[in-house]
Amino acid sequence: MTEDITPTPEGTPGDPTTPSSEIEQTQQLQAPARGSRETLDLVDTRTGMFGSSGTGDTSGYGGLVREIVVAAPSERPYGGWFDEVVDVLAELLDEPSVDGAAATGYGTAIEKIVVDRGELTIFVVRDHLVEVCQNLRDDQDLRFEMSLGVSGVHYPHETGRELHAVYHLTSITHGRRLRLEVAVPDADPHIPSTVAVYPTNDWHERETWDFFGIVFDGHPALARIEMPDDWPGHPQRKDYPLGGIPVEYKGATVPPADQRRSYN
Amino acid sequence: MAATPHATPGLSHGATQDVPSFEATGGDWSEIAEEAARLGEERIVVNMGPQHPSTHGVLRLMLEIDGETVTEARCGIGYLHTGIEKNMEFRTWTQGVTFCTRMDYLAPIFQETAYCLAVEKLLGITDDIPERASVIRVLMMELNRISSHLVCLGTGGNELGATTIMILAFTAREEILKVFEMITGLRMNHAYVRPGGVAQDIPPGALDTIRETLVTVRHYLRQLEDLMLANPIFKGRMVGVGHLNLAACTALGITGPVLRSAGLPYDVRKTDPYCGYETYDFDIPTSTDADAYSRVVLRVEECYQSMRIVEQATDRLQAMGQRGSSPVMVADKKIAWPAQLAIGTDGMGNSLDHIREIMGTSMEALIHHFKLVTEGFRVPAGQAWQTVEHPRGEQGVHVVSDGGTKPYRVHFRDPSFNNLQAMSLMCEGGQLADVVVAVASLDPVLGGVDR
Repeated sequence: MTEDITPTPEGTPGDPTTPSSEIEQTQQLQAPARGSRETLDLVDTRTGMFGSSGTGDTSGYGGLVREIVVAAPSERPYGGWFDEVVDVLAELLDEPSVDGAAATGYGTAIEKIVVDRGELTIFVVRDHLVEVCQNLRDDQDLRFEMSLGVSGVHYPHETGRELHAVYHLTSITHGRRLRLEVAVPDADPHIPSTVAVYPTNDWHERETWDFFGIVFDGHPALARIEMPDDWPGHPQRKDYPLGGIPVEYKGATVPPADQRRSYN
Repeated sequence: MAATPHATPGLSHGATQDVPSFEATGGDWSEIAEEAARLGEERIVVNMGPQHPSTHGVLRLMLEIDGETVTEARCGIGYLHTGIEKNMEFRTWTQGVTFCTRMDYLAPIFQETAYCLAVEKLLGITDDIPERASVIRVLMMELNRISSHLVCLGTGGNELGATTIMILAFTAREEILKVFEMITGLRMNHAYVRPGGVAQDIPPGALDTIRETLVTVRHYLRQLEDLMLANPIFKGRMVGVGHLNLAACTALGITGPVLRSAGLPYDVRKTDPYCGYETYDFDIPTSTDADAYSRVVLRVEECYQSMRIVEQATDRLQAMGQRGSSPVMVADKKIAWPAQLAIGTDGMGNSLDHIREIMGTSMEALIHHFKLVTEGFRVPAGQAWQTVEHPRGEQGVHVVSDGGTKPYRVHFRDPSFNNLQAMSLMCEGGQLADVVVAVASLDPVLGGVDR
């Protein structure tokens, strides 16, 4: 199962000065798998059942291995208006631009479509994010004229795609909602800024930079927003500790939340 | 890759030490005025806040002023950041409610409901939520909307020096908080809405109290209207101030009363109903004036609309019968706690009868309860997005699960956070005194902004 997972960039470290080479490589590797169920986002692999291992686990489930996979690509038909939106978007991306430049191509810009729990998620290749946003906002059949912000997610075990930025778009005209998701490697956390298309994303991108360290290229003033300007690190990353001290109460000591027994 | 990229290099001490600066903390301003006159500099940068009585909490405004005109305005936020989203990743799905309720402390029920609706979407039990629980949620949210709008109107008045408005609004809000205390045990930070339903049914006599409260609140609201809406001083400060048109609102993602004051009747309760809002009869008031005054009028009007919904909700609860006659928690025993909690004499607590019963008669039930409370339930991996109509706009919750007993990531799109971005656009080019009015018309709550 593991060999079907999105390949790791191990042995082919992308040159940080030319991040496009790495992207091309990723696209190449993913190209044949597009639309099929082969590119899965493996988030974690867990053993056991109760978060403990070794002699602590007396449940008999110690040998259990579970792979946590999110966002398996969906097959057509996506259902409802989802097909229509994806079709229109594909048409727009496939047609050459007015100034005669070659078309981006739907296959180049879109990684995969995920329909889960009645919600549409479009995974976009970062280089084409702004173009996709522009099309989604401006085309009369799409008209996702309002962005409800950006949120980041850190998947430390998803090698080569650790940092995700998620954009929540709303079409007031058509009463629709969809989600754009962009995944970038931790080693090269750059995503083009969407502030030119959705000015509201200004503070949201600053927040995502602040909490996750995703650099939004072209943002007018990408400064920290919640944390102090000289704060080291990005607090919402999974490897950033929660902090806290043990609290004594009536003789017993309660450990801080991140050191308590946890169940996975 | 170079070292961690920093977008804004810090200013060195040398770069700022030659800039003349004054520190004013009230008192005698004549010395400062003399010093400013001596320097002959008309353009000064004023730092307003974060400890300023008219900034709704710890909001810092950096204003570049030329005489009385604001030429540039920027916000500084983050003074109330407490890492609630990060904390939620270390607690069970149910415990998460106790954290998100503290974000926007004036509208706790909305955070709770939005979060629970998102978790229920992930669990796939949206359709299984008992109707009584949904009606109670609607009832609580609409009461909360009134109490939140009352604070907005009251503090907005207070910031203009009208303390009577503030006293009246807070007195009216207190009536609603009493209802909250009776139903949830707490005036604020309720943690009342839980994934799967609500923590407990409304107590006996609650419906009568709510009806009486509505009469009182309506009485106070009429007084507020009389004080504000035709008051020439109030109108002189409010009309035409803080203008933000529809194009600016959509571009900046502004929602709630500010967007509706620009003429668009966008309300999530109508466009994307949740908790059965489509079955209630209410209107979305709008205006086309797009100024601070119209937002006050809209908030008052929304309070009346919320009262209509509360009346319908109480009637439905009445029709459903007495307390305990229909469930307020989803039937799935893997999610719902086996105990139907009841309020003790201390305001919160468990039913002693229930404890006696499960401890004395059923060991399995005890184990099940223990596991469910300490370990929590598992939520299938995936992500969900849920929005609700918050008093300040559209509130979004992005919840990600990795299949565990704790949220993998929870993000709240707080309307105050987003709406504060409009501050620059509303204030630049206007008078310094109008900044206070413009910010008050956005009604930011810094607990929600900073989370």
